[in-house]
Amino acid sequence: MPVWLIRPPPLLSRLLVFAVLLGVWEAASAAGMVSRFIAPPPSEIFPAIGLLYVDNELTARFLRTFGEVFAAAGIGSGLGMAIGWWLHHNRTAGAAYTDWIAASAAAPLVLLFPLFLVLFGRNAATIVAMGAVSVMPPVILKTKEGLDHVRSVLIDVGRTFSLTRWQQVRMILFPAALPTIFTGLRLGLVFALINVVGVEFLIGFGGMGLMIAELGDRFEIAGMYAAILFVVLCSATFFYLTEKLETWLLSAR
Amino acid sequence: MVAVGQVKSGLRARTRFSRVTIYRIVALVVIIALWEGAGASGLFFRGVIPSSVFVTAALLRLLGDPVFWGHFGVTLFEIVTGFAIGSALGMLGGLGIGMNRYAGQVFEPVAEYLASTPKVVFLPILLILFGIGVGSKISLGAISCFFPLALSIAAAVRNINPMYLRVGQSLNLTLTQRVKMIYLPALTPAIATGLRLGFGIATVGCLMSEIKLSNKGLGHAAMQAYGRFDIPTMLALLIVIFATAALGNSLIGRLIRLPGPTNRRVTHVPR
Repeated sequence: MPVWLIRPPPLLSRLLVFAVLLGVWEAASAAGMVSRFIAPPPSEIFPAIGLLYVDNELTARFLRTFGEVFAAAGIGSGLGMAIGWWLHHNRTAGAAYTDWIAASAAAPLVLLFPLFLVLFGRNAATIVAMGAVSVMPPVILKTKEGLDHVRSVLIDVGRTFSLTRWQQVRMILFPAALPTIFTGLRLGLVFALINVVGVEFLIGFGGMGLMIAELGDRFEIAGMYAAILFVVLCSATFFYLTEKLETWLLSAR
Repeated sequence: MVAVGQVKSGLRARTRFSRVTIYRIVALVVIIALWEGAGASGLFFRGVIPSSVFVTAALLRLLGDPVFWGHFGVTLFEIVTGFAIGSALGMLGGLGIGMNRYAGQVFEPVAEYLASTPKVVFLPILLILFGIGVGSKISLGAISCFFPLALSIAAAVRNINPMYLRVGQSLNLTLTQRVKMIYLPALTPAIATGLRLGFGIATVGCLMSEIKLSNKGLGHAAMQAYGRFDIPTMLALLIVIFATAALGNSLIGRLIRLPGPTNRRVTHVPR
Protein backbone atom coordinates (compact mmCIF):
# COMPACT_ATOMS: atom_id res chain seq x y z
CA MET A 1 0.00 0.00 0.00
CA PRO A 2 1.49 3.43 -0.89
CA VAL A 3 2.65 5.56 2.05
CA TRP A 4 0.26 8.45 1.32
CA LEU A 5 -2.69 6.10 1.78
CA ILE A 6 -1.54 4.98 5.23
CA ARG A 7 -0.38 8.47 6.21
CA PRO A 8 -2.18 11.11 4.15
CA PRO A 9 -1.05 14.75 4.58
CA PRO A 10 -1.83 15.91 8.19
CA LEU A 11 -4.45 18.44 7.05
CA LEU A 12 -6.35 15.75 5.13
CA SER A 13 -6.20 13.36 8.10
CA ARG A 14 -7.49 16.12 10.37
CA LEU A 15 -10.43 16.78 8.06
CA LEU A 16 -11.12 13.04 7.80
CA VAL A 17 -11.17 12.69 11.59
CA PHE A 18 -13.62 15.61 11.85
CA ALA A 19 -15.78 14.16 9.06
CA VAL A 20 -15.91 10.74 10.75
CA LEU A 21 -16.80 12.30 14.13
CA LEU A 22 -19.55 14.42 12.58
CA GLY A 23 -20.82 11.38 10.66
CA VAL A 24 -20.99 9.28 13.84
CA TRP A 25 -22.78 12.13 15.64
CA GLU A 26 -25.29 12.52 12.80
CA ALA A 27 -25.91 8.75 12.65
CA ALA A 28 -26.29 8.47 16.44
CA SER A 29 -28.79 11.32 16.35
CA ALA A 30 -30.73 9.80 13.44
CA ALA A 31 -30.84 6.44 15.26
CA GLY A 32 -32.29 8.17 18.32
CA MET A 33 -29.27 7.33 20.50
CA VAL A 34 -28.62 11.00 21.26
CA SER A 35 -31.51 13.25 22.20
CA ARG A 36 -31.99 16.29 19.96
CA PHE A 37 -32.49 18.38 23.09
CA ILE A 38 -29.02 17.46 24.34
CA ALA A 39 -27.03 17.48 21.11
CA PRO A 40 -28.85 18.32 17.87
CA PRO A 41 -27.31 16.69 14.77
CA PRO A 42 -24.66 18.61 12.77
CA SER A 43 -27.17 18.93 9.90
CA GLU A 44 -29.23 21.24 12.16
CA ILE A 45 -26.27 23.09 13.74
CA PHE A 46 -24.49 24.24 10.57
CA PRO A 47 -27.57 25.85 8.94
CA ALA A 48 -28.24 27.52 12.32
CA ILE A 49 -25.06 29.60 11.85
CA GLY A 50 -26.82 31.23 8.89
CA LEU A 51 -29.84 31.89 11.08
CA LEU A 52 -27.61 33.62 13.63
CA TYR A 53 -26.88 36.23 10.95
CA VAL A 54 -30.55 36.80 10.28
CA ASP A 55 -32.10 36.52 13.76
CA ASN A 56 -29.32 37.45 16.15
CA GLU A 57 -27.39 40.29 14.47
CA LEU A 58 -24.25 38.19 14.33
CA THR A 59 -22.18 40.83 12.52
CA ALA A 60 -23.01 43.56 15.05
CA ARG A 61 -22.22 41.25 17.96
CA PHE A 62 -18.98 40.12 16.33
CA LEU A 63 -17.86 43.73 15.79
CA ARG A 64 -18.87 44.65 19.31
CA THR A 65 -16.87 41.82 20.89
CA PHE A 66 -13.79 42.53 18.81
CA GLY A 67 -14.12 46.26 19.51
CA GLU A 68 -13.99 45.45 23.22
CA VAL A 69 -11.07 43.06 22.67
CA PHE A 70 -9.00 45.67 20.85
CA ALA A 71 -9.90 48.42 23.33
CA ALA A 72 -8.84 46.13 26.21
CA ALA A 73 -5.69 45.05 24.39
CA GLY A 74 -4.81 48.67 23.53
CA ILE A 75 -5.20 49.94 27.09
CA GLY A 76 -3.61 46.84 28.64
CA SER A 77 -0.60 46.78 26.31
CA GLY A 78 0.02 50.53 26.55
CA LEU A 79 0.04 50.41 30.35
CA GLY A 80 1.86 47.07 30.35
CA MET A 81 4.68 48.27 28.10
CA ALA A 82 5.09 51.44 30.17
CA ILE A 83 5.27 49.45 33.41
CA GLY A 84 7.61 46.89 31.80
CA TRP A 85 9.88 49.74 30.70
CA TRP A 86 9.85 51.20 34.23
CA LEU A 87 10.67 47.83 35.84
CA HIS A 88 13.60 47.49 33.42
CA HIS A 89 14.79 51.07 33.94
CA ASN A 90 14.49 51.17 37.74
CA ARG A 91 16.32 48.07 38.96
CA THR A 92 15.07 48.28 42.54
CA ALA A 93 11.46 48.47 41.32
CA GLY A 94 12.22 45.54 38.99
CA ALA A 95 13.57 43.47 41.89
CA ALA A 96 10.63 44.48 44.11
CA TYR A 97 7.66 43.98 41.79
CA THR A 98 8.56 41.49 39.01
CA ASP A 99 7.73 38.52 41.26
CA TRP A 100 4.39 40.10 42.11
CA ILE A 101 3.52 40.52 38.43
CA ALA A 102 4.59 36.93 37.69
CA ALA A 103 2.34 35.72 40.54
CA SER A 104 -0.57 37.77 39.17
CA ALA A 105 -0.02 36.19 35.73
CA ALA A 106 -0.70 32.79 37.31
CA ALA A 107 -3.67 34.06 39.38
CA PRO A 108 -7.27 33.62 38.19
CA LEU A 109 -7.55 37.37 37.45
CA VAL A 110 -10.85 37.06 35.56
CA LEU A 111 -12.55 36.20 38.85
CA LEU A 112 -12.02 39.85 39.84
CA PHE A 113 -14.87 40.82 37.51
CA PRO A 114 -17.46 41.21 40.34
CA LEU A 115 -15.23 44.00 41.68
CA PHE A 116 -15.33 45.80 38.31
CA LEU A 117 -19.04 45.07 38.12
CA VAL A 118 -19.68 47.05 41.31
CA LEU A 119 -17.24 49.81 40.26
CA PHE A 120 -18.43 50.39 36.69
CA GLY A 121 -21.84 48.69 36.55
CA ARG A 122 -23.11 46.15 34.02
CA ASN A 123 -21.69 47.72 30.87
CA ALA A 124 -18.84 47.69 28.34
CA ALA A 125 -16.47 49.49 30.77
CA THR A 126 -16.46 46.44 33.06
CA ILE A 127 -15.70 44.11 30.14
CA VAL A 128 -12.92 46.31 28.74
CA ALA A 129 -11.39 46.90 32.21
CA MET A 130 -11.39 43.17 32.96
CA GLY A 131 -9.83 42.44 29.56
CA ALA A 132 -7.17 45.13 30.05
CA VAL A 133 -6.21 43.76 33.48
CA SER A 134 -5.70 40.28 32.03
CA VAL A 135 -3.59 41.67 29.15
CA MET A 136 -1.15 43.49 31.43
CA PRO A 137 0.88 40.72 33.18
CA PRO A 138 2.20 38.98 30.02
CA VAL A 139 2.95 42.34 28.34
CA ILE A 140 4.78 43.71 31.41
CA LEU A 141 6.83 40.54 31.89
CA LYS A 142 7.77 40.15 28.23
CA THR A 143 8.62 43.86 27.80
CA LYS A 144 10.93 43.76 30.82
CA GLU A 145 12.44 40.45 29.70
CA GLY A 146 13.08 41.77 26.19
CA LEU A 147 14.71 45.01 27.40
CA ASP A 148 16.75 43.21 30.08
CA HIS A 149 18.25 40.83 27.54
CA VAL A 150 19.38 43.32 24.89
CA ARG A 151 22.99 42.34 24.15
CA SER A 152 25.39 44.71 25.87
CA VAL A 153 27.52 44.94 22.72
CA LEU A 154 24.60 46.67 20.95
CA ILE A 155 24.27 49.19 23.75
CA ASP A 156 28.04 49.80 23.60
CA VAL A 157 27.82 50.44 19.84
CA GLY A 158 25.18 53.06 20.62
CA ARG A 159 27.49 54.66 23.16
CA THR A 160 30.43 54.83 20.71
CA PHE A 161 28.16 56.69 18.31
CA SER A 162 27.26 59.05 21.19
CA LEU A 163 23.55 58.46 20.74
CA THR A 164 21.24 60.50 22.93
CA ARG A 165 19.08 58.65 25.42
CA TRP A 166 16.01 58.79 23.18
CA GLN A 167 18.02 57.66 20.12
CA GLN A 168 19.44 54.76 22.16
CA VAL A 169 15.88 53.68 23.05
CA ARG A 170 14.45 54.19 19.55
CA MET A 171 17.33 52.78 17.50
CA ILE A 172 18.80 50.09 19.75
CA LEU A 173 16.85 49.02 22.84
CA PHE A 174 13.36 48.88 21.34
CA PRO A 175 14.18 47.11 18.03
CA ALA A 176 16.37 44.57 19.84
CA ALA A 177 13.65 43.81 22.40
CA LEU A 178 10.86 43.74 19.81
CA PRO A 179 10.61 39.96 19.21
CA THR A 180 10.12 39.28 22.93
CA ILE A 181 7.68 42.20 23.32
CA PHE A 182 5.64 40.83 20.39
CA THR A 183 5.30 37.48 22.15
CA GLY A 184 3.85 39.34 25.13
CA LEU A 185 1.48 41.38 22.94
CA ARG A 186 0.24 38.26 21.15
CA LEU A 187 -0.38 36.46 24.44
CA GLY A 188 -2.13 39.61 25.66
CA LEU A 189 -4.46 39.71 22.62
CA VAL A 190 -5.43 36.05 23.10
CA PHE A 191 -6.03 36.63 26.84
CA ALA A 192 -8.13 39.69 25.98
CA LEU A 193 -10.40 37.65 23.69
CA ILE A 194 -10.79 34.82 26.22
CA ASN A 195 -11.65 37.19 29.05
CA VAL A 196 -13.88 39.54 27.07
CA VAL A 197 -16.05 36.69 25.76
CA GLY A 198 -16.03 35.03 29.21
CA VAL A 199 -17.15 38.17 31.05
CA GLU A 200 -19.76 38.94 28.35
CA PHE A 201 -21.19 35.46 28.89
CA LEU A 202 -21.17 35.80 32.69
CA ILE A 203 -22.64 39.28 33.08
CA GLY A 204 -25.00 38.95 30.12
CA PHE A 205 -23.86 42.05 28.29
CA GLY A 206 -22.03 42.83 25.03
CA GLY A 207 -21.52 40.72 21.90
CA MET A 208 -20.89 37.05 21.21
CA GLY A 209 -20.69 35.89 24.86
CA LEU A 210 -24.13 37.37 25.53
CA MET A 211 -25.51 35.73 22.37
CA ILE A 212 -24.53 32.24 23.66
CA ALA A 213 -26.06 33.00 27.07
CA GLU A 214 -29.31 34.25 25.48
CA LEU A 215 -29.70 31.28 23.13
CA GLY A 216 -29.00 28.92 26.07
CA ASP A 217 -31.59 30.67 28.23
CA ARG A 218 -34.18 30.41 25.42
CA PHE A 219 -33.36 26.69 24.95
CA GLU A 220 -32.63 27.25 21.24
CA ILE A 221 -30.23 24.34 21.41
CA ALA A 222 -29.19 24.18 17.72
CA GLY A 223 -28.63 27.96 17.68
CA MET A 224 -26.63 27.73 20.91
CA TYR A 225 -24.37 25.03 19.46
CA ALA A 226 -23.98 27.12 16.30
CA ALA A 227 -23.03 30.19 18.34
CA ILE A 228 -20.48 28.21 20.37
CA LEU A 229 -19.03 26.78 17.15
CA PHE A 230 -18.83 30.31 15.70
CA VAL A 231 -16.98 31.63 18.78
CA VAL A 232 -14.55 28.69 18.69
CA LEU A 233 -13.89 29.29 14.97
CA CYS A 234 -13.43 33.03 15.59
CA SER A 235 -10.91 32.49 18.39
CA ALA A 236 -9.03 29.85 16.40
CA THR A 237 -8.82 32.22 13.39
CA PHE A 238 -7.79 35.08 15.67
CA PHE A 239 -5.04 32.94 17.22
CA TYR A 240 -3.86 31.87 13.76
CA LEU A 241 -3.78 35.47 12.48
CA THR A 242 -1.83 36.78 15.49
CA GLU A 243 0.65 33.94 15.01
CA LYS A 244 1.07 34.76 11.31
CA LEU A 245 1.33 38.49 12.07
CA GLU A 246 4.11 37.83 14.56
CA THR A 247 6.07 35.68 12.10
CA TRP A 248 5.55 38.23 9.31
CA LEU A 249 6.58 41.23 11.41
CA LEU A 250 9.67 39.48 12.71
CA SER A 251 10.77 38.33 9.26
CA ALA A 252 10.14 41.79 7.77
CA ARG A 253 12.32 43.46 10.39
CA MET B 1 41.47 43.89 49.42
CA VAL B 2 39.40 40.90 48.53
CA ALA B 3 37.82 40.90 51.98
CA VAL B 4 37.05 44.62 51.72
CA GLY B 5 35.50 44.04 48.29
CA GLN B 6 33.35 41.23 49.67
CA VAL B 7 32.18 43.35 52.58
CA LYS B 8 31.34 46.19 50.19
CA SER B 9 29.36 43.98 47.85
CA GLY B 10 27.64 42.36 50.83
CA LEU B 11 26.65 45.78 52.11
CA ARG B 12 25.45 46.77 48.66
CA ALA B 13 23.37 43.61 48.46
CA ARG B 14 21.87 44.31 51.87
CA THR B 15 21.11 47.93 50.93
CA ARG B 16 19.49 46.70 47.72
CA PHE B 17 17.51 44.16 49.77
CA SER B 18 16.30 46.77 52.20
CA ARG B 19 15.46 49.15 49.34
CA VAL B 20 13.45 46.36 47.69
CA THR B 21 11.58 45.81 50.96
CA ILE B 22 10.93 49.54 51.28
CA TYR B 23 9.59 49.65 47.70
CA ARG B 24 7.25 46.75 48.47
CA ILE B 25 5.98 48.29 51.70
CA VAL B 26 5.45 51.62 49.92
CA ALA B 27 3.47 49.87 47.16
CA LEU B 28 1.21 48.15 49.69
CA VAL B 29 0.68 51.40 51.61
CA VAL B 30 -0.11 53.27 48.36
CA ILE B 31 -2.59 50.58 47.24
CA ILE B 32 -4.40 50.64 50.61
CA ALA B 33 -4.34 54.46 50.70
CA LEU B 34 -5.75 54.66 47.14
CA TRP B 35 -8.49 52.17 48.08
CA GLU B 36 -9.44 54.03 51.26
CA GLY B 37 -9.15 57.39 49.47
CA ALA B 38 -11.37 56.26 46.60
CA GLY B 39 -13.92 54.91 49.10
CA ALA B 40 -14.00 58.16 51.06
CA SER B 41 -13.82 60.48 48.01
CA GLY B 42 -17.50 60.20 47.09
CA LEU B 43 -16.58 59.53 43.43
CA PHE B 44 -18.25 56.12 43.61
CA PHE B 45 -21.64 55.12 44.97
CA ARG B 46 -21.77 54.67 48.72
CA GLY B 47 -20.59 51.23 49.80
CA VAL B 48 -19.09 50.29 46.44
CA ILE B 49 -15.56 50.60 47.84
CA PRO B 50 -15.87 49.59 51.50
CA SER B 51 -13.06 50.34 53.94
CA SER B 52 -10.51 47.56 54.36
CA VAL B 53 -11.61 47.38 58.02
CA PHE B 54 -15.09 46.19 56.92
CA VAL B 55 -13.57 43.73 54.44
CA THR B 56 -11.32 42.28 57.18
CA ALA B 57 -14.29 42.04 59.54
CA ALA B 58 -16.32 40.25 56.85
CA LEU B 59 -13.41 37.86 56.23
CA LEU B 60 -13.16 37.02 59.95
CA ARG B 61 -16.93 36.53 60.15
CA LEU B 62 -16.82 34.19 57.14
CA LEU B 63 -14.02 32.10 58.63
CA GLY B 64 -16.18 31.42 61.69
CA ASP B 65 -19.30 30.58 59.65
CA PRO B 66 -20.01 26.86 58.99
CA VAL B 67 -22.13 27.76 55.91
CA PHE B 68 -19.03 29.36 54.34
CA TRP B 69 -16.99 26.20 54.99
CA GLY B 70 -19.73 24.18 53.27
CA HIS B 71 -19.36 26.36 50.15
CA PHE B 72 -15.59 26.17 50.44
CA GLY B 73 -15.67 22.36 50.62
CA VAL B 74 -17.86 22.11 47.50
CA THR B 75 -15.59 24.45 45.50
CA LEU B 76 -12.43 22.68 46.66
CA PHE B 77 -13.94 19.30 45.70
CA GLU B 78 -14.87 20.60 42.24
CA ILE B 79 -11.45 22.16 41.59
CA VAL B 80 -9.47 19.14 42.80
CA THR B 81 -11.62 16.61 40.92
CA GLY B 82 -11.73 18.65 37.70
CA PHE B 83 -7.99 19.29 37.93
CA ALA B 84 -7.23 15.59 38.55
CA ILE B 85 -9.36 14.38 35.62
CA GLY B 86 -8.21 17.13 33.23
CA SER B 87 -4.53 16.81 34.04
CA ALA B 88 -4.51 12.99 33.84
CA LEU B 89 -6.19 13.13 30.41
CA GLY B 90 -3.99 16.06 29.38
CA MET B 91 -0.82 14.16 30.24
CA LEU B 92 -1.98 11.11 28.28
CA GLY B 93 -2.98 13.28 25.31
CA GLY B 94 0.33 15.18 25.47
CA LEU B 95 2.33 11.94 25.52
CA GLY B 96 0.25 10.63 22.60
CA ILE B 97 0.77 13.63 20.31
CA GLY B 98 4.35 14.16 21.49
CA MET B 99 5.59 10.58 21.06
CA ASN B 100 4.07 10.06 17.61
CA ARG B 101 5.25 12.67 15.13
CA TYR B 102 2.36 12.10 12.74
CA ALA B 103 -0.28 12.24 15.48
CA GLY B 104 1.37 15.51 16.58
CA GLN B 105 1.11 16.98 13.08
CA VAL B 106 -2.56 16.00 12.84
CA PHE B 107 -3.85 16.92 16.31
CA GLU B 108 -1.51 19.49 17.83
CA PRO B 109 -2.79 22.48 15.78
CA VAL B 110 -6.35 21.54 16.82
CA ALA B 111 -5.30 21.44 20.49
CA GLU B 112 -3.50 24.80 20.11
CA TYR B 113 -6.52 26.49 18.58
CA LEU B 114 -8.91 25.01 21.14
CA ALA B 115 -6.58 26.08 23.95
CA SER B 116 -6.96 29.70 22.86
CA THR B 117 -10.78 29.67 22.97
CA PRO B 118 -12.73 30.83 26.03
CA LYS B 119 -13.77 27.50 27.60
CA VAL B 120 -16.65 29.03 29.55
CA VAL B 121 -18.69 29.17 26.31
CA PHE B 122 -19.00 25.37 26.53
CA LEU B 123 -20.83 25.74 29.85
CA PRO B 124 -24.37 25.70 28.36
CA ILE B 125 -23.61 22.31 26.76
CA LEU B 126 -22.16 20.98 30.03
CA LEU B 127 -25.20 22.24 31.92
CA ILE B 128 -27.47 20.27 29.57
CA LEU B 129 -25.27 17.18 29.92
CA PHE B 130 -24.50 17.23 33.66
CA GLY B 131 -27.07 19.54 35.25
CA ILE B 132 -26.45 22.54 37.49
CA GLY B 133 -24.77 20.48 40.23
CA VAL B 134 -21.07 19.81 40.66
CA GLY B 135 -20.87 17.74 37.44
CA SER B 136 -20.94 20.73 35.09
CA LYS B 137 -18.33 22.56 37.22
CA ILE B 138 -15.96 19.60 37.38
CA SER B 139 -16.23 18.99 33.64
CA LEU B 140 -15.53 22.63 32.76
CA GLY B 141 -12.53 22.59 35.13
CA ALA B 142 -11.29 19.39 33.48
CA ILE B 143 -11.72 20.71 29.91
CA SER B 144 -9.96 23.96 30.88
CA CYS B 145 -6.87 22.30 32.31
CA PHE B 146 -6.60 19.57 29.67
CA PHE B 147 -5.06 21.84 27.01
CA PRO B 148 -2.15 23.50 28.84
CA LEU B 149 -1.07 20.10 30.16
CA ALA B 150 -1.33 18.37 26.77
CA LEU B 151 0.49 21.15 24.89
CA SER B 152 3.31 21.66 27.40
CA ILE B 153 3.95 17.90 27.62
CA ALA B 154 3.81 17.37 23.85
CA ALA B 155 6.39 20.15 23.37
CA ALA B 156 8.61 18.70 26.10
CA VAL B 157 8.44 15.15 24.68
CA ARG B 158 9.78 16.45 21.39
CA ASN B 159 12.65 18.19 23.21
CA ILE B 160 13.89 15.04 24.94
CA ASN B 161 17.50 14.33 24.10
CA PRO B 162 17.25 11.73 21.27
CA MET B 163 20.22 9.91 22.77
CA TYR B 164 18.10 8.80 25.73
CA LEU B 165 15.53 7.36 23.34
CA ARG B 166 18.22 5.53 21.33
CA VAL B 167 19.66 4.09 24.56
CA GLY B 168 16.14 2.92 25.44
CA GLN B 169 15.81 1.30 22.02
CA SER B 170 19.16 -0.45 22.23
CA LEU B 171 18.18 -1.80 25.66
CA ASN B 172 14.91 -3.08 24.14
CA LEU B 173 12.74 -1.24 26.68
CA THR B 174 8.99 -1.83 26.46
CA LEU B 175 6.61 1.13 26.02
CA THR B 176 5.76 1.12 29.75
CA GLN B 177 9.45 1.04 30.64
CA ARG B 178 10.21 3.86 28.22
CA VAL B 179 7.42 6.02 29.67
CA LYS B 180 8.48 5.26 33.25
CA MET B 181 12.25 5.46 32.83
CA ILE B 182 12.79 8.01 30.08
CA TYR B 183 9.72 10.14 29.35
CA LEU B 184 8.40 10.79 32.87
CA PRO B 185 11.72 11.80 34.48
CA ALA B 186 12.70 13.97 31.49
CA LEU B 187 9.29 15.61 31.53
CA THR B 188 9.17 16.58 35.21
CA PRO B 189 9.76 20.33 34.57
CA ALA B 190 7.10 20.41 31.83
CA ILE B 191 4.66 18.50 34.03
CA ALA B 192 5.30 20.96 36.87
CA THR B 193 4.71 23.99 34.62
CA GLY B 194 1.67 22.40 33.02
CA LEU B 195 0.15 21.42 36.37
CA ARG B 196 0.61 24.93 37.79
CA LEU B 197 -0.92 26.54 34.70
CA GLY B 198 -3.65 23.90 34.66
CA PHE B 199 -4.54 24.40 38.33
CA GLY B 200 -5.07 28.14 37.81
CA ILE B 201 -7.19 27.54 34.71
CA ALA B 202 -9.20 24.73 36.36
CA THR B 203 -9.92 27.13 39.24
CA VAL B 204 -11.16 29.74 36.76
CA GLY B 205 -13.31 27.12 34.98
CA CYS B 206 -14.97 25.84 38.16
CA LEU B 207 -15.51 29.29 39.69
CA MET B 208 -16.86 30.83 36.47
CA SER B 209 -19.44 28.08 36.11
CA GLU B 210 -20.40 28.48 39.78
CA ILE B 211 -20.84 32.20 39.20
CA LYS B 212 -23.00 31.65 36.12
CA LEU B 213 -25.39 29.03 37.50
CA SER B 214 -25.16 27.03 40.72
CA ASN B 215 -26.67 26.57 44.13
CA LYS B 216 -23.51 26.06 46.17
CA GLY B 217 -19.82 26.93 46.20
CA LEU B 218 -17.75 30.08 46.71
CA GLY B 219 -18.72 31.56 43.32
CA HIS B 220 -22.39 31.13 44.19
CA ALA B 221 -21.81 32.71 47.63
CA ALA B 222 -19.96 35.66 46.04
CA MET B 223 -22.83 36.26 43.60
CA GLN B 224 -25.37 36.04 46.44
CA ALA B 225 -23.37 38.65 48.37
CA TYR B 226 -23.29 40.81 45.20
CA GLY B 227 -27.05 40.37 44.82
CA ARG B 228 -27.78 41.73 48.31
CA PHE B 229 -25.07 44.43 47.84
CA ASP B 230 -22.97 43.05 50.70
CA ILE B 231 -19.72 44.20 49.04
CA PRO B 232 -17.40 43.53 52.03
CA THR B 233 -18.48 39.85 52.07
CA MET B 234 -18.14 39.63 48.27
CA LEU B 235 -14.59 41.01 48.46
CA ALA B 236 -13.75 38.71 51.40
CA LEU B 237 -14.91 35.75 49.28
CA LEU B 238 -12.74 36.94 46.36
CA ILE B 239 -9.78 37.13 48.78
CA VAL B 240 -10.45 33.53 49.89
CA ILE B 241 -10.67 32.41 46.22
CA PHE B 242 -7.36 34.08 45.31
CA ALA B 243 -5.64 32.77 48.45
CA THR B 244 -6.82 29.22 47.67
CA ALA B 245 -5.54 29.50 44.08
CA ALA B 246 -2.17 30.86 45.26
CA LEU B 247 -1.85 28.16 47.94
CA GLY B 248 -2.67 25.39 45.46
CA ASN B 249 -0.17 26.78 42.97
CA SER B 250 2.70 26.94 45.47
CA LEU B 251 1.79 23.50 46.88
CA ILE B 252 2.04 21.93 43.40
CA GLY B 253 5.35 23.76 42.84
CA ARG B 254 6.75 22.32 46.08
CA LEU B 255 5.49 18.79 45.50
CA ILE B 256 6.95 18.56 42.01
CA ARG B 257 10.29 20.13 42.90
CA LEU B 258 11.05 17.22 45.27
CA PRO B 259 13.72 15.19 43.46
CA GLY B 260 12.29 11.77 42.64
CA PRO B 261 14.60 8.76 42.85
CA THR B 262 13.92 8.01 39.18
CA ASN B 263 15.27 11.41 38.16
CA ARG B 264 18.87 10.44 38.71
CA ARG B 265 18.71 7.22 36.76
CA VAL B 266 18.08 8.75 33.40
CA THR B 267 19.63 12.18 33.55
CA HIS B 268 23.07 10.55 33.85
CA VAL B 269 23.15 8.14 30.96
CA PRO B 270 26.58 6.45 30.94
CA ARG B 271 28.58 7.34 27.85
